[in-house]
Amino acid sequence: MPTKYMNPYLAGFLLGLVLLTTIVITGRGLGASGALKSAVVATVSTVAPEHARSSSFYAENLKALHENPLKAWLVFEVLGVIIGGFLSGVVSDRLTFTIEKGPRITNTMRLGFALIGGLLFGLGAQFARGCTSGAALTGMAVLSTGGIITMMGIFGTGYAIAYFFRKLWI
Amino acid sequence: MFPLVPNLISEELNLIVALLLGIAFGFILEQAGFSSSRKLAGVFYGYDFTVLRVFFTAGVTAMSGVIILGYLGWLDTDFMYINPTYLQAAILGGVIMGFGFIIGGFCPGTSVAGMAIGKIDAMVFVGGGLIGVFVYGELYPWFEGITNADFLGNIRIFTSLGISQGLFAFALIAVAVGAFIMTTIIEKKVAPDGPAGSFDHTMHRYAGIAVLAVGVVLLFLPDYKDRMLAKVGTDEFLQSHPVKETTMDELAFRIIDRDPKIAIIDVRSESEFAGGMLPGAVNISGRQLFQKEFSEVLGNKHKRKIFVGKNETEARTAALLAMELGYENITVLCGGMEQFLGTMVTRTMSGSACQYAAAQQHSPVMDALQAKDTERFRSKASAQLAAMIAEAKNASVKPVKLVKKVSGGC
Repeated sequence: MPTKYMNPYLAGFLLGLVLLTTIVITGRGLGASGALKSAVVATVSTVAPEHARSSSFYAENLKALHENPLKAWLVFEVLGVIIGGFLSGVVSDRLTFTIEKGPRITNTMRLGFALIGGLLFGLGAQFARGCTSGAALTGMAVLSTGGIITMMGIFGTGYAIAYFFRKLWI
Repeated sequence: MFPLVPNLISEELNLIVALLLGIAFGFILEQAGFSSSRKLAGVFYGYDFTVLRVFFTAGVTAMSGVIILGYLGWLDTDFMYINPTYLQAAILGGVIMGFGFIIGGFCPGTSVAGMAIGKIDAMVFVGGGLIGVFVYGELYPWFEGITNADFLGNIRIFTSLGISQGLFAFALIAVAVGAFIMTTIIEKKVAPDGPAGSFDHTMHRYAGIAVLAVGVVLLFLPDYKDRMLAKVGTDEFLQSHPVKETTMDELAFRIIDRDPKIAIIDVRSESEFAGGMLPGAVNISGRQLFQKEFSEVLGNKHKRKIFVGKNETEARTAALLAMELGYENITVLCGGMEQFLGTMVTRTMSGSACQYAAAQQHSPVMDALQAKDTERFRSKASAQLAAMIAEAKNASVKPVKLVKKVSGGC
């Protein structure tokens, strides 16, 4: 029997302290999509080095990551997220291979939509220079205009279109 | 003063820090229930507002911490990474991610936490995220324009809105607490057996009041640097806080003498400084006085620091700030740079006494004698000073290397 989830306000407070500690130590906040970018840049530059050199996107990112995209701060942080998530799963007895979905769709549909949703999130995070963690949450903590606009974009759009996608979840 | 990374933590240690902070991040995300897509999507359908509660509480907590530590001077907010604002891309990216959230049921951080406990939909979401980045990378030539359009700088929201940091922080906290109350009412109607059903409401009420109280405190907390600058910038502070003075003739003498016991601190702007500086002068303008790179020159007790400004008031303000920051052996040049050049070099002005000098008792005979001596010294010194100043301009190299700002990115 899995343990109940933590009180959301307590979890939020603790998460805020982790974010604050990150800002105090490193001068910048938490992130997630940056690690995905590092992984893609690393893969492309290994599989097709010619292509990576000729494309300004990969070339710029390789330069920004000192030619070693996997030794980036966010890659290590996200490795930590995997470890931390797993430890929490162990502690609270929630380790199982499952697919979570709304009651009215099949597993295949759920996985298809998860793929499309992930794709859109990965794409959107490149425009906004960060995702819910790096742009929205960290943006709120340091009161960045762009981060707060992105946050309103994410949640505003979510509410605006929720009705049309209700079959996925309720 | 924090942050530590640009100066005090090595790159390798920083990666270990990243791993440890990531573990804490992932553990809390999973404990909060962010590994569950149905729970996350609930925020858009009213059956589970966990996302809003966790997200808003975390944002408000971190923001309050940043403001409080900034006020105390423990966190140097000038060195903190502020996500840059590219208006079109911020909106477009947000809208695309909004679609991604509803359709996929995760965001990147939460999908990683979900993946860690075996959620197959989370693993597929992460795969989709990688493809999304790849698609962007391949189509970058088409996206580059809009991604970089309307760059507004690393601007902060309260500046954009034209209000104080404290007012925005208070408003955000008030909105958050209001949203917590509203969404709990909604959730209880939509899903009577949702998470709000098991809340300890008395406890939450006290917590809400405490958070609002913090918000009221934040209303009155300026940034440490702004606070110090405002404090020393008032006329009253200038009048009531004396600074030791160095006269123009003394400075001229010491420059010609190449006195090793003085350090000339030029507080004018970088461009004014580049236009002509005194031999050996170090340019520390405005907020740079707070930077630790300059603590070596400012903190050297055995050297007399002579603050030089465009005028005397500018030099005094900077000198008082340096004294407030704990530096010792600080003096100001009477008159300022323009008067110094006019009096000592071009000889088109005749130097006056210090701006705030106390009235002294003079004897007419001594004054006349002194004036004669002064005149003789000045006529001899001007050519030599002019040559040394010209030399300094040609040889100008920036002596202090500034640490670059923290770079960031998601």
